[in-house]
Amino acid sequence: MKKNDVPQDDGGLEKDNIKELCYAVDEKGEYTTIKSTGWDPKTIALDNALQEINERINNAKERVLNGETSPIEYYMECHKMDIGILASYVGKFQWQVKNHFKVKKFNKLSEKTLAKYASVFDISIDQLKDINYGN
Amino acid sequence: MEINFTHHQTAHCENGVVSNLMKHNGFKVSEPMVFGIGSGLLFCHIPFLKVNHAPAVTYRVMPGQIFKRFAKRTGIKIKKEKFKSPKQAKDRLDENLKKDNPVGLQVGVYNLTYFPDEYRFHFNAHNLIVYGKENDNYLISDPVMETVTTLTSKELEKVRFAKGAFAPNGHMYYPIDFPKELDINTAIVKGIKNTCRDMLAPVPIVGIKGIRYTAKLIRKWPKSKGVKVANHYLGQIVRMQEEIGTGGGGFRYIYAAFLQESSKILNNNSLAELSKEMTEIGDLWRDFALEASRIYKNRSAKTDAYNKVASQLEIIADKEEIFFKKLKKAI
Repeated sequence: MKKNDVPQDDGGLEKDNIKELCYAVDEKGEYTTIKSTGWDPKTIALDNALQEINERINNAKERVLNGETSPIEYYMECHKMDIGILASYVGKFQWQVKNHFKVKKFNKLSEKTLAKYASVFDISIDQLKDINYGN
Repeated sequence: MEINFTHHQTAHCENGVVSNLMKHNGFKVSEPMVFGIGSGLLFCHIPFLKVNHAPAVTYRVMPGQIFKRFAKRTGIKIKKEKFKSPKQAKDRLDENLKKDNPVGLQVGVYNLTYFPDEYRFHFNAHNLIVYGKENDNYLISDPVMETVTTLTSKELEKVRFAKGAFAPNGHMYYPIDFPKELDINTAIVKGIKNTCRDMLAPVPIVGIKGIRYTAKLIRKWPKSKGVKVANHYLGQIVRMQEEIGTGGGGFRYIYAAFLQESSKILNNNSLAELSKEMTEIGDLWRDFALEASRIYKNRSAKTDAYNKVASQLEIIADKEEIFFKKLKKAI
């Protein structure tokens, strides 16, 4: 890539005033570093990934409202986690976390376990039981 | 307390921490040098493992490897510490800062408050340097940021004890012993040989073969996974290749810069030629990303389009195979 070809697309980074470093060659063919504001192909990829996450969140929310899953799954999606990540944050096995997605099990959870989940999600236990506090 | 430390922005965090710590200790080592000597370049498609609900594709070696190999090959000793308790981790950090010793830390990205929200994913192999403390604020030099920043002790504890894959457990590291002069020449040769071995490895998911494996899967995805998932997967590959930290083209440009610098140090003209070739291969990776983005932008691509980007990858694999065979002979 030539120095002048380093893309300066609107990467959504400007508002945070962040530029990233790219490697490119100058007129003499020598390598140098150039700051870039972004490149469309990866901005689109990132946007799509975020949209995907939002779909997952909305889907989880709907299933909580339908009584098909517990708010834990909803908050997990809000925090861009998967079961493996959440399990390691609360110090449980994945099958235990999956179990806690079941509404019946969730309603029987001890205060202690609820507090663990709540602290991982940075909310109170009351908020954990109510999905209106996610993003 | 603040250590007199100069922040240099780099493309990638691990290279950057090593390069900046070396500079602080009086050794001028560029980012591409760290990356090349540490044999950072790779391609690997890890089957069965999913990251952000998509296949795990990496363009670099495992976190920590670059520094480990760089230190071994240049004769530096590093001290590494991991902790069970956050309190102990904090105390050891403060001790080092009191001794005017800036340290590298492995951290999770998700709770890094100075990162833009959209970049905060559960990725635990980010690296930064702490170079001081003012009241409750730690002074942070994050190599991928343009300038220095700060984190409160609570924020720092959160990122040092992030959970999930590659959980840092407070991982702290710093060089403790240096040779009088770095033996760069032999280190370069060792670094290059290692990378050639990795890229030409007879393992179906690593190096050249790994690229071909990914290409083969891309052809299958629209049928086996449906267009929506196929596009998500394709987007993930492009993100791994181009997201902040690779310097563009899945680290290929940084590697070309390393070969150029090495050709001067070793007085080896063929490395300069190979650097140009690597730049062209980097351009092909960029073309692949551009073409792939056209597919996931429209969200309604034909199978043809997937075959086209898969073919692009296969051409790259062919070129890299020839390239690394030549590179192996050039040193």
